[in-house]
Amino acid sequence: MNAVELKDIRKSFDGGNEFILKGLNLKIPKGSLTVIIGYSGTGKSVMLKHILGLIKPTSGQVNVFGQDLWQMTNKDIMKLRTNIGVLFQHAALFDDQNVIENVTFPLIEHLKGKKHKEYIEIASKKLIISGIEEKHFLKLPSELSGGMRKRVALARALALDPEILIYDEPTTGLDPILTEMVDDLILETHMREEGRVTSIIVSHDLMAAFRIGQYIVMLDKGKVLHSGKPEDFLKSDIALVKKFVEKGTKKKYGL
Amino acid sequence: MTVTSNSKLFRFLSSIVEYISDLVSECGYIVLFLIKSVKAVFQSPYRYQEILKHIEFIGVQSLLIIALTSAFTGMAMSFQIFLGFQLVNATNLVGPTVGLGIMRELGPVLTGLIVAARAGGAMAARLGTMRVTEQIDALEVMGIDPIQYLVGPRVLAALISMPLLCGFFDFVAMSGSYMLCVHALGLDEGIFFDKIQLWLNPRDINEGLIKAAVFGLVFGAVCTYKGYNTIGGAKGVGESTNKGVVNSMVLIIAINFVMTNIIRFVSTLMGGAN
Repeated sequence: MNAVELKDIRKSFDGGNEFILKGLNLKIPKGSLTVIIGYSGTGKSVMLKHILGLIKPTSGQVNVFGQDLWQMTNKDIMKLRTNIGVLFQHAALFDDQNVIENVTFPLIEHLKGKKHKEYIEIASKKLIISGIEEKHFLKLPSELSGGMRKRVALARALALDPEILIYDEPTTGLDPILTEMVDDLILETHMREEGRVTSIIVSHDLMAAFRIGQYIVMLDKGKVLHSGKPEDFLKSDIALVKKFVEKGTKKKYGL
Repeated sequence: MTVTSNSKLFRFLSSIVEYISDLVSECGYIVLFLIKSVKAVFQSPYRYQEILKHIEFIGVQSLLIIALTSAFTGMAMSFQIFLGFQLVNATNLVGPTVGLGIMRELGPVLTGLIVAARAGGAMAARLGTMRVTEQIDALEVMGIDPIQYLVGPRVLAALISMPLLCGFFDFVAMSGSYMLCVHALGLDEGIFFDKIQLWLNPRDINEGLIKAAVFGLVFGAVCTYKGYNTIGGAKGVGESTNKGVVNSMVLIIAINFVMTNIIRFVSTLMGGAN
């Protein structure tokens, strides 16, 4: 079964003159870890917003867990989103809430009927598995380092035990050590709940894609240029894919 | 020289026309945004705590600045009117004249302008920052309606706070007027109150309070709309805050004029005095 299926998605923001997505077809199997790569402006973020139901396609169909998003009511889309956790590029933590409040926030909103202590307990567990020690729980996001903010954001994304985890450029702007740490965290999180959680990572980082991705999808000019396992990617004859591989990973790993 | 002056004048006039046409065309979107946000407030889950939090910010935290401005406005207005009325030997009417001016016009307008600048600007900046740092997107993907969570409570809080602040403005301004007229300018205390009671109607106070409520809706909707739809980084936040406050102020003054005329017209139709 596919967790996400995009069928012939076309998207134009200016009434049909210029299309950002030009008939994009993509299937993401349930339980997989898929990395979506591509140059800037190829439509990765727009595609992500389609999966989240934040943007309506000009034409085509977006299925999440077999349900056509745009046949659902707004209320049902909101409910479906509680089953999707998102880690944003810059963490997007609520800056007026401390670490623990950021993680309890979605719990209080969606898990009704629990005592405040229970929310704290769930949030603490999520923070600890994301690598945040208890001494940081009462700090504001502005008091945390970039890597720690990402960890807190991951804990928040995990709070409601979603079945789809989306990472939007999770390592952009981080140094190589933090980049590797975040990649490891993504992999650990996926492995911990293997089979149940579908992870979708949008990234520029080819090395990370090869290191953690089970499937790699490359977008170009609003379409899927190539998709498959990392080894298929290395064997691809498509010129642009070859260029990507040569420049990004082959040299680094001596493949 | 004349050609340069003419072209400068033309550019100046066309920039005013452009500003007005932009504001008018945006008003439609703002009204739709307002309807959506007010509707959202009355849908489950109800955000009572958020509403109270924003009433505290818009209302309670504005009390000091309102008290200071209203006291000095009341005193300055009383002094000028006293000087004028002294020429025609009508100083007994200073109290009701100040009262009418404050309660019908200056109270709601000045309260609107002050609170739009203080709280409206803060609302636009806060929502703008949340937009550019993806916090609004984060709310949405968590299955929380940002209009319901962020916008609705702010607009409703502005609507509730403004008449209360306006009432407070009226009270402090009249107290200032009383202090100046009776204790500094030597007007008789009994005459001051008697004339106010004679010339002022509860209707005059209500008129100001209704206007204040409308101004609350206006700056609440304009500033949240601008903040919510911020694009760009820090520059975008600055621009939306600036436009939110300036547009609110222009609209408050323009709507005040329209409302004054409508109320006078309705009042005449109903056979009441102006």
